[in-house]
Amino acid sequence: MASLLGRFCRKLVVPGSAHGSRMISTTACDSEAVKSLNLYSAINQALHIALETDPRSYVFGEDVGFGGVFRCTTGLAERFGKNRVFNTPLCEQGIVGFGIGLAAMGNRAVVEIQFADYIYPAFDQIVNEAAKFRYRSGNQFNCGGLTIRAPYGAVGHGGHYHSQSPEAFFCHVPGIKVVIPRSPREAKGLLLSSIRDPNPVVFFEPKWLYRQAVEEVPEHDYMIPLSQAEVIREGNDITLVGWGAQLTVMEQACLDAEKEGISCELIDLKTLLPWDKETVEASVKKTGRLLISHEAPVTGGFGAEISATILERCFLKLEAPVSRVCGLDTPFPLVFEPFYMPTKNKASSSSSLSSPLKKKHYLIMGLHVWCRYWMQSSPLLITSHSICFFR
Amino acid sequence: MRLAISATTYRMVLLLRDSHQIQSLVIVTPWWIRSQVLVHTKTPIVMDFPGGKVAFTPEIHFISESNEERVPCYRVLDDNGQQLTNSQFVPVSKEIAVKMYSDMVTLQMMDNIFYEAQRQGRLSFYATAFGEEAINIASAAALSPDDVIFPQYREPGVLLWRGFTLQEFANQCFGNKSDYGKGRQMPVHYGSNKLNYFTVSATIAYSLLTQLLPNAVGAAYSLKMDEKDACAVTFFGDGGSSEGDFHAALNFAAVMEAPVLFICRNNGWAISTPTSDQFRSDGVVVKGRAYGIRSIRVDGNDALAMYSAVHEAREMAIREHRPILIEALTYRVGHHSTSDDSTRYRSADEIEWWNKARNPLSRFRTWVESNGWWSDEAESDLRSKIKKEMLEAIRVAEKTEKPNLNHMFSDVYDVPPLNLREQELLVRQAIKSHPQDYPSDVPL
Repeated sequence: MASLLGRFCRKLVVPGSAHGSRMISTTACDSEAVKSLNLYSAINQALHIALETDPRSYVFGEDVGFGGVFRCTTGLAERFGKNRVFNTPLCEQGIVGFGIGLAAMGNRAVVEIQFADYIYPAFDQIVNEAAKFRYRSGNQFNCGGLTIRAPYGAVGHGGHYHSQSPEAFFCHVPGIKVVIPRSPREAKGLLLSSIRDPNPVVFFEPKWLYRQAVEEVPEHDYMIPLSQAEVIREGNDITLVGWGAQLTVMEQACLDAEKEGISCELIDLKTLLPWDKETVEASVKKTGRLLISHEAPVTGGFGAEISATILERCFLKLEAPVSRVCGLDTPFPLVFEPFYMPTKNKASSSSSLSSPLKKKHYLIMGLHVWCRYWMQSSPLLITSHSICFFR
Repeated sequence: MRLAISATTYRMVLLLRDSHQIQSLVIVTPWWIRSQVLVHTKTPIVMDFPGGKVAFTPEIHFISESNEERVPCYRVLDDNGQQLTNSQFVPVSKEIAVKMYSDMVTLQMMDNIFYEAQRQGRLSFYATAFGEEAINIASAAALSPDDVIFPQYREPGVLLWRGFTLQEFANQCFGNKSDYGKGRQMPVHYGSNKLNYFTVSATIAYSLLTQLLPNAVGAAYSLKMDEKDACAVTFFGDGGSSEGDFHAALNFAAVMEAPVLFICRNNGWAISTPTSDQFRSDGVVVKGRAYGIRSIRVDGNDALAMYSAVHEAREMAIREHRPILIEALTYRVGHHSTSDDSTRYRSADEIEWWNKARNPLSRFRTWVESNGWWSDEAESDLRSKIKKEMLEAIRVAEKTEKPNLNHMFSDVYDVPPLNLREQELLVRQAIKSHPQDYPSDVPL
């Protein structure tokens, strides 16, 4: 679906930027100069600003010298010199390990991993060193200046090793932060926040949006706070939570649902670790339903964490089980990508979104089933009621 | 090949000349021909590839897997501590030599007493550096206090040299509230930012030994960029040299031209794995050249040789912005740790021999005494002083209370996020309801 959308819309309407109610949380002022930029240009701008404002900051990784395979580091080496912006040998554990050492000496190290699919050799460095550097030393040392950037997610033809969404692995590691922007303007602000945050951050960039997403991006230096989710579309019937490129798909699902009279509230999580439970909780307490969507495989995906937490906190307010519309439990396929992806149709037909029963009916049906169950009547009766219940 | 060509093709000849295909060029002009050029071409033996010129060879020849002779080992003192004739070494003042020897004795005694404390159940764990005192102390002595250390776990002598007190060692081992690590890690995981000694990383039971190596390279790069008169130094064992991080780090250090010293304590054993099961190269020193790194093999039980090698390596690293690999040959006299009984995989005779015949303390003591700088009286004074200090340090450390519970939640991030604040409340509630299930010596 993502590639389908891509084919039909050269420049995507970025979620939250179009019509419909939207809560603005960026610090951009209307009077500031803005420029129409795609995602890689916005990230490039953020890197220029980061290097400019801190003389002890560095950008490095494979092929960053000439501008990077996704053009995110264009012009940096020419402007700031090869001592600060440089290519590294082809070795992710070395790249991240080197970055940790630089950061441990008080520098800002913005490390690029060429594709998130290749981040695994660095996983040991990230989990056992970066995440624990401050804690194990009793705060004598830290590597908070480390930011690891990696393009993630489907691109339409990436297959197993150019399409992965590995965010869930990192969300299980206390001590690091995981940030995923949804659009050019968000990316610039979140990247600057991540670089300047005093904790190591893993920053996943939706590669599909590098060229496809275009947005007005303020030219000045601004930061978007971490660990603050944003309600980018207000609604009353159901809460949808997602991050990165998937929000584009979810917004389409919201528009479709609106035609059927379902009012959807769409939340961009932005930071997955530590994540903003309060915003999601408040929304679900209002709507009573939750749908989470991500490209990563559903089993063990980060949607499971959100689902479990919301269940703990909002159980009595929920009118339907929490839905997860996610990638399948297969390696990311090439030819089968359109079938694998969590499309807007899959979202629309998920139980949470497709059956917005009136609250009164729901309660009555629910009561009926409970009574039947406790009276231990025929299983057949319960089944038929269950079917009605979950239609 | 001799060619006669006409002047009209002279330009082609110039091209050939520039491509180094020509051995000699002779211009001849007999009266009946306008000009004649004689060209000697040579069989091409050099060609350009990305990365530079390489010579050709028509023979099929494989480079041998090893040199005919092993890389020789630099030493200054013989097994009995006598200075070898013609030995080159960096002179050591009386003050430094006496401090070096005293610290070697202190390290050995500290290890002995902590080991016993673990055996008595007063410590959960300990790892000694028996047999490697010279590597520990002599390398530290050759460095400056500004050099940043990324240790493995068998180098507490470096901290000792820099001024970490026996009390501070004990505090960390007992995990009390004075431990700079706030009780979070196992014993021997020391760290001190004021002494530029990064906190020990891995738990010893696993093979995660060399993660700090690439970190050291990054730190060295930072020192170079800040134009500091300092280098990064990192230690690892023979086993550690098999880890991917070792190879990543050496390669990066060479490419980044980072002033970092890689000091390998090749002590023959990685827990129960002898070096013959660890690698098939001539030790670790030959790996330096594979990455373009200058290397040396040293007798790790010879304090003077270690001192000189590290001293020279440090100068080169800082002056020339290059990494240096030092392989210190030694022997792990003690067990891997208190969780290990090495007599299960090696003979007690072997251990005994190394402890007596190649003991780094006795060798260096002989040399120090030969200069008139030490005596039996000094030795016994030192030993009784250290024993007293150690026992007092343990007594105090044991009695000092543990760190407060809130330190379980602090420093995960710079500021505890909401989920951690919530979890702390839950834990405290659980403790209130069931205090008998939780240790009573952790203050709340």
